[in-house]
Amino acid sequence: MTRDETVNFHTISVLVDNEPGVLARVIGLFSGRGYNIESLTVAEIDDARNLSRITVVTSGTEMIIEQIKAQLGRLVPIHRVSDLTLEGPHVDRELALVKVVSTGDQRVESLRIADIFRARVVDSTNESFVFEIVGDTGKLNAFIELMRPLGLADISRTGIAAIARGTSSL
Amino acid sequence: MSTTQIPGAEIILKALADQGVEVIFGYPGGAVLPIYDAIYQQNQVRHILVRQEGGAVHAAEGYARSTGKVGVVLVTSGPGATNAVTGLTDALMDSIPIVCLTGQVPTHLIGNDAFQECDTTGITRPCTKHNYLVKDVNDLSKVMHEAFHVARSGRPGPVVIDLPKDVCMALAEYTPPEKIDLKKYQPRVKGDLDKIREAVKLMAGAKKPVFYCGGGVINSGPSASKLLTNLVRSTGFPCTLTLMGLGAFPASDKQYLGMLGMHGRYEANKAMHDCDVMIAVGSRFDDRITGRLDAFAPDAKIIHIDIDPSSINKNVKVDVPIVGDVAHVLEDMTKIWKSTQASPNKKALSAWWKQIDEWRAVDSLKYTQGTEIIKPQHVIQRLSDLTKGMDSYITTEVGQHQMWAAQYFDFDEPNRWMTSGGLGTMGYGLPAAMGVQIAHPDSLVVDVSGEASFLMNMQELSTIAQYRLPVKLLILNNFYMGMVRQWQELMHGGRYAESYMESLPDFVKLADTFGMTGLRTSKPDELDDVLKEMIAIDGPVIVDIHVDPKENVYPMIPSGAAHDEMLLGPEDTAATPMSEEGMVLV
Ligand SMILES: Cc1ncc(C[n+]2csc(CCOP(=O)(O)OP(=O)(O)O)c2C)c(N)n1
Ligand SMILES: [Mg+2]
Repeated sequence: MTRDETVNFHTISVLVDNEPGVLARVIGLFSGRGYNIESLTVAEIDDARNLSRITVVTSGTEMIIEQIKAQLGRLVPIHRVSDLTLEGPHVDRELALVKVVSTGDQRVESLRIADIFRARVVDSTNESFVFEIVGDTGKLNAFIELMRPLGLADISRTGIAAIARGTSSL
Repeated sequence: MSTTQIPGAEIILKALADQGVEVIFGYPGGAVLPIYDAIYQQNQVRHILVRQEGGAVHAAEGYARSTGKVGVVLVTSGPGATNAVTGLTDALMDSIPIVCLTGQVPTHLIGNDAFQECDTTGITRPCTKHNYLVKDVNDLSKVMHEAFHVARSGRPGPVVIDLPKDVCMALAEYTPPEKIDLKKYQPRVKGDLDKIREAVKLMAGAKKPVFYCGGGVINSGPSASKLLTNLVRSTGFPCTLTLMGLGAFPASDKQYLGMLGMHGRYEANKAMHDCDVMIAVGSRFDDRITGRLDAFAPDAKIIHIDIDPSSINKNVKVDVPIVGDVAHVLEDMTKIWKSTQASPNKKALSAWWKQIDEWRAVDSLKYTQGTEIIKPQHVIQRLSDLTKGMDSYITTEVGQHQMWAAQYFDFDEPNRWMTSGGLGTMGYGLPAAMGVQIAHPDSLVVDVSGEASFLMNMQELSTIAQYRLPVKLLILNNFYMGMVRQWQELMHGGRYAESYMESLPDFVKLADTFGMTGLRTSKPDELDDVLKEMIAIDGPVIVDIHVDPKENVYPMIPSGAAHDEMLLGPEDTAATPMSEEGMVLV
């Protein structure tokens, strides 16, 4: 019996009833069974049918990932669980608000880099900018690293929202 | 449009009646008084008053497991709900269908640390299959019916409905179950036919096959046991059962290998280790079953039938997973087996049986009953013999006596054996026996108990007395938490820290104070008479049997060991020191 012990990241998308406690069930399942949560986002997506979508990025061996999906599938308010990583190409995006406090050359440089990354300035004072940047996790990380020596003061990130490419839907 | 508006409490009672509930086990308190008032004013649902809420859940478990119906519990808010937590966890681990109604403070006080408030849905979220907090009386009918559907369908389990007092008093219209859409949660019952065909092909080619079946067969209903028995017989393969599966295949059948696992029979564990095709049916590869995982059935192709997809590939990677209800899958499997006229490899199979017979000859359950002191194994052996052919049910507590009951009592039918397998809850058996007896008033119900476990829920003796339940409480009294003492002997140098049971009550006098019969013996030659008397008495009996306090449960696969590293008796134990990895396991 051979087991694949490589640990991989998976983006799992879960369609749930938008009802009290549903997020607690999902988080409780992850903490209770010792699974990792790298990122988790949740928001209502269908007002009429009262549905929310939870996107969770997790990591584990193949067997663990399979377990996570099966365990999620057992929860009563969960309608569908899909593993975007396995099911084909998908888009994932995250939004970050990045506050940089600086003056002079540093301030100019931060603006220049923001331009390269297509980050938008959403707030500004004489000594600060708040940049809004959207992209995949790698792009956001790269941007934040570049801002670090330029007066990076605060970060707020949304976590990942993801969706399958092409015509398929949940 | 005229509608009949009735209080929430009455909706609850109507829903219970419509769900076919005949009995609920409960204990009142401030938050559930409106429900008790509604109980008082009807006579369709009978209420059994327990003496502690923990007892109510175990009683409902016994009721459920022995009937296949949903067990129903009613407790008050705060301490009532928290007392129910152990039983709920127990039911979750053993897949027992329970609906537990908990009282709650009125909605406007929730979150205020009100008197007897606790976050019941928060506390019970990880120990229920699902739970509900009903905040609007208009949702109540739907939630009630949905809860029963969730509890009994798929892999069964406990469901909590938290009921704020104001919701129980508010008015709404009642909706019967037929009018409610329960489509959301529909577990898969039919197995994938291609997979079943693949399984049959594997089975037909097997040289050293074994059926390994568990509690899922029992949960699937008596027809599943019949289908299993017929399939095993038409294949000619050996069959072993887990602790939770006892009775799913007749113990008297010559193809039966006995229970497997940590205290399973030699031939069962050896067959598991050496098999080339394993057919796992409603069993979940629990650590008590597999032993050391990397040495588990190294040469086996594994077929796994289970209704819960999360049970598949959890601990052991399987080759042919079949998600579905056991009875449905076995029905299809039998059809395919017959229609393809699959015939197993006769020659290989007879060599396999020859090997198994050699293992059987080891007689791993042997013990010697002398003339001085009663061997605990012998008590169960005699109980099994003396009750042959009777309409009997056995519950147990947790410890050595539980393992001996599992090893030496022969179950030929499902639903006759109730034990706390997954959680291992001492104090389960006595209230569970009450629940079984309520469901089967004329049957013989015996709780095989240990003196320590007995003390964990003995307040329920008062319940037994009140309802004149003729349960037999058979204590294998070894004056120790025997299972703890055994592990201390094997793993902790015989330092018996806190495992001696001081200051036990006089069980015969205890019986007397509750108006029951008390019997006692410590003499081997009196054992049969005492057991016969116990069986004959038409009322509750406590039997205090003093057994050998030094006896250990064998065979034993020590934690962290493999199936073929089994200890058969004290001689083996002395020779094999426990591994360090094994020591940390429970
Ligand atoms: C509620 C609970 N607490 C502790 C344990 C740990 N435990 C397992 S067996 C056992 C001893 C049981 O003693 P007894 O009921 O006398 O049975 P025996 O093993 O002697 O037959 C203990 C303490 C448990 N299983 N359940
Ligand atoms: Mg004991």
